[in-house]
Amino acid sequence: MNKGFPKIAIAGENSVIVYFSERPCAKTSSLIANTSKQLNNNLSNKLIDLVPSYHSLLVIYNALTIDYLTIEKEIHSIVANASDKELANGKSIELPVYYSLESGPDLRRLAKHAKLTIDEVISIHHQTEYTVYAMGFSPGFAYLGETDSRIAMPRLCTPRTMVPKGAVAIADRQTAIYPSQSPGGWNLIGLCPTTMFDPSQHPSTLVEVGDKVSFKAINRDEFIQLGGKDQLSGIEQ
Amino acid sequence: MSGFTVVNPGMFSLIQDAGRHGFHNIGITTGGPFDDYSFNWANRLCDNLESAACLEILVGGLVLESNISTQIAITGADVPIKINDKSVDGWSTQNISAGDQISIGYASAGCRSYLAVAGGIQCPLIFGSASTVKREKLGGLHKNGQALMQGDLLPCNASQVKITRSVAEQYRPQFDGDVAEIRMVLGYQQSQFDASQLDRFFTAVYTISQQSDRMGYRLEGPAINYSHNEMLSEGICLGAIQIPADGQPIILLCDRQTIGGYPKIGSVFSQDIAKLAQLMPGRKIRFKAIDIEQAQIILRQSAQSII
Repeated sequence: MNKGFPKIAIAGENSVIVYFSERPCAKTSSLIANTSKQLNNNLSNKLIDLVPSYHSLLVIYNALTIDYLTIEKEIHSIVANASDKELANGKSIELPVYYSLESGPDLRRLAKHAKLTIDEVISIHHQTEYTVYAMGFSPGFAYLGETDSRIAMPRLCTPRTMVPKGAVAIADRQTAIYPSQSPGGWNLIGLCPTTMFDPSQHPSTLVEVGDKVSFKAINRDEFIQLGGKDQLSGIEQ
Repeated sequence: MSGFTVVNPGMFSLIQDAGRHGFHNIGITTGGPFDDYSFNWANRLCDNLESAACLEILVGGLVLESNISTQIAITGADVPIKINDKSVDGWSTQNISAGDQISIGYASAGCRSYLAVAGGIQCPLIFGSASTVKREKLGGLHKNGQALMQGDLLPCNASQVKITRSVAEQYRPQFDGDVAEIRMVLGYQQSQFDASQLDRFFTAVYTISQQSDRMGYRLEGPAINYSHNEMLSEGICLGAIQIPADGQPIILLCDRQTIGGYPKIGSVFSQDIAKLAQLMPGRKIRFKAIDIEQAQIILRQSAQSII
């Protein structure tokens, strides 16, 4: 365990958030996965839900059956004994992306911020292989890390009320594909025509935590051919 | 099929049960009743399980026609309720006969009503719940997150006529007052907000913006400033108050995203989320901090006081 960790903070009346390290890494991800498993084994009837993420785990518990001091004590003892052994290798997936000003309304601003050309931003984005560090925000939304620091950019000051399905986006050193239309504050750089979440399928999500994802640039015609036409109309410039 | 036909769906009526739990790891939110206090009373009046599926009716305008005999209970906002042409009371059970038409008019105070049917609405489950989450396209009658539509049939089982019961006046919520006091527990990134900003947050009066729904209430008022550290996205609990870069707080609610990366100052106490559910855009709120011990004591006392 990293020095000074885990850090546990109150999140709400029935939730605590556990931080495992300063930065995300493979060891932290394994530690979070193993801790989640142990919590489910030891405290299942007192837990409501768990939200694993980059370097943290939100533990939502039933405050009628366990109080916050007891849950903090339990978490400390579970984390102290949890393994940081790497998880079995996940799958690798390549996803097509139509990068353009038309499909990525923040591309020009991001290039300016990064002092790069638009083409350089695009090639840096799809020349990196990413790891799924977390799933969340909306069903099947995979947080991919880490983007090259040259194309990192903070979120928008005011989130958009509508981001279309398939939007490929950057926030700080994270990148992701919006699996469905939703509000969002990330910088949009392109569109992906692949379905990321389908509740009628098992598994319902295309990727899981630990999987590897890479991107392949496609042109407008290929994008339309892959069924992306409707997504273009949802772009809020 | 036995049950209720939707003659008029009203403004926005949703099927809600106790919500979806255990799927946050793939990004699925909870959904569930926004005002769980009124929801629980509606089910309790009908002798239902706590998790039975009910209708959550925004503002009103809902008209149903029954083809069975059963009981219903309507709680929540102050709404005029009619069975056929006869006005009846909310917060009490009503016996329904086959052929009866139930109309819920527009709310005069509060804005969300709950309609429970004896035995619950027999709605199919997806990821373990019937709760309708429009943004996720999950739940509801067609499992696709759609609100009620004209012509929908709500499947329900017939039930024998019972003595009517009602909730005592003192347990019904009050909707008066200019500025609603919303209790919250400090937490998460609270240390990123210095004393002057915390002071501003707790003395400010915020207005609920038009861009507010079951996912989140956006507030308008004094901006809260803080040191902008790069932040990794992390799990968001019910009621979390996030402060985006423009400083205008957003309270994350039942249909919230499970993970987000804006700093959070703490979380609204769950009993006051029910209060928020009854406040329309334009209404005003003020925050009050309570500590975690106090919050958990109140939760335990409330659980014991309910029969």
